[in-house]
Amino acid sequence: MTINQLSIFLENRSGTLTKVLDIFKENNIQIIASTIADTAEYGILRIICSDPQKAYSELEKGGIAVALSDVFAIELDNKPGQAADTIKLFSNKDISIIYMYSFLFHGKGILVFRTDNTDEAREVILKSKLHSVTGKELADWE
Amino acid sequence: MDYSPYFNPPIETMSREEIRSLQSASLRRVVRHCMNSEFYRKKFSELGITPDDIKSVDDLRKLPFTSKEDLRENYPFGLSCVPLKDCVRLHSSSGTTGNPTVVLHTQKDLDDWAEAVARCLWMVGSRPEDVFQNSAGYGMFTAGLGFQYGAEKVGMLTVPAAAGNTTRQIKFIKDFGTTVLHAIPSYASRIYEVMKAEGVDPVRDTKLRVLCIGAEPHSEQQRKRIEEDLGVKAYNSYGISEMMGPGVAFECQCQNGLHIWEDYFIVEIINPDTLEPVPEGELGELVITTLKREAMPLLRYRTRDLTRIIPGECPCGRHHLRLSRLQGRSDDMIILKGVNIFPIQVEKILLGFEELGTDFLITLENKESNDTMTVEVELKGLFTDDYRKLQALQKEITRRLKDEILVTPEVRIVPKGTLAASDEKKAVRVRDLRKNY
Repeated sequence: MTINQLSIFLENRSGTLTKVLDIFKENNIQIIASTIADTAEYGILRIICSDPQKAYSELEKGGIAVALSDVFAIELDNKPGQAADTIKLFSNKDISIIYMYSFLFHGKGILVFRTDNTDEAREVILKSKLHSVTGKELADWE
Repeated sequence: MDYSPYFNPPIETMSREEIRSLQSASLRRVVRHCMNSEFYRKKFSELGITPDDIKSVDDLRKLPFTSKEDLRENYPFGLSCVPLKDCVRLHSSSGTTGNPTVVLHTQKDLDDWAEAVARCLWMVGSRPEDVFQNSAGYGMFTAGLGFQYGAEKVGMLTVPAAAGNTTRQIKFIKDFGTTVLHAIPSYASRIYEVMKAEGVDPVRDTKLRVLCIGAEPHSEQQRKRIEEDLGVKAYNSYGISEMMGPGVAFECQCQNGLHIWEDYFIVEIINPDTLEPVPEGELGELVITTLKREAMPLLRYRTRDLTRIIPGECPCGRHHLRLSRLQGRSDDMIILKGVNIFPIQVEKILLGFEELGTDFLITLENKESNDTMTVEVELKGLFTDDYRKLQALQKEITRRLKDEILVTPEVRIVPKGTLAASDEKKAVRVRDLRKNY
């Protein structure tokens, strides 16, 4: 029900993002979605990619501060209102979304998010029969 | 084999009274010997004193101070008390500001130096069965040859690996069964990092047992971390090139203060502003008078190093005074907004954070006529994907630093490796970019 997300610590200095992206390029790993949360001095780059385990070890080798974590990735029909209906399922249970982003995958909208209560969120997903995208599907991104 | 716990039992176990009367006799001799240098003859006549005025250690304060500037101004041989033909070696410190300083040695000076280092190494448990590896630079840097001759005097098999090439150092440690290692603290950490990267387990794959660390100020937490990482006991070494180098003072196995060999040196702790002695046990500048040196004796030499004397008896049975861990140098002191700050205070706080590595960099700047201090710290790895937790960490570091140093620094978290120490150089901790008016 969850997929691997890479979180990368970036200093706000020119060249730091290039260094990270080059590691993906050199290892032929496809970036499927990415987002940056930034403050005045540093940012956290979050990435969904085709081979998170390999990306993680290559980034570590390159001396990059990186963490591998599990996030929810819910598959939605690509039409208006889907995100609102889905998030309401969680807010009804008083579960907060810490961060969220989305991307299109094979014509479907994928909603990636982390909540403040992983166990309860898991139950909501099971009960509501929400469909999650899997790491295996993402690996076959082509 | 059964050995004495002391390298030189009669000297190391002398009582305070015996030490004092030996010092008085040595002081009378060294003061007369100093009259062989024009530098001290002039100083004595300026003060209107003669060697006859010095009868015991109680008269020490009648003597003039000697400073690093005196050594520079009289470069290279102005303070020598013997003809150059009687000298067999010189060591010189780098002269980043003005002339370098030169220290001359007769053969007896070198023998005495080796004995002082041998006592230190024996004190921390080195025996002839040990294998000693020295990762200090050889040549003019005194920790190379200084430890070399001392370790040979103990009778250890010595590996003069010298500085740098960490992979080769680790190979020597493994292949030659090194049990005693000398390294500056930041380099000991570096050796551990490289061992980890190469899959070498210091406990399983090496026989390392004792580590001698010196030359760089470091905190108790850093020592503990190095001890745990490498699976060794780490002992503090204090050396100063103007005295000779390593061997001046060293920790015993109690790890509570560094014994200074008082048959070699008379110790004073003074207030660097007033030049008056500080009350016993208080922090001040270390001032040393050499008692044995032939080629270049120094009277009341101002080391600029800050320390205090630890009162009371040491359980190891040595009555030679103990200095506290060196607190940095009086000229390393940062003055920011009228507050005195020592880099070691910052280091102590940062080591309290598990999320951070051991390297840090303090930058002082003048922004819009306001002096600011920035502390850059390295993140060991990313422990969270939530930037609010990073901000909370940054805030907590700032708060604890302010509690310690009384000014609020700007704290910047940077990725690991950004501030890493190079193989040979001492880690740079402070950059002062303020204009000096």
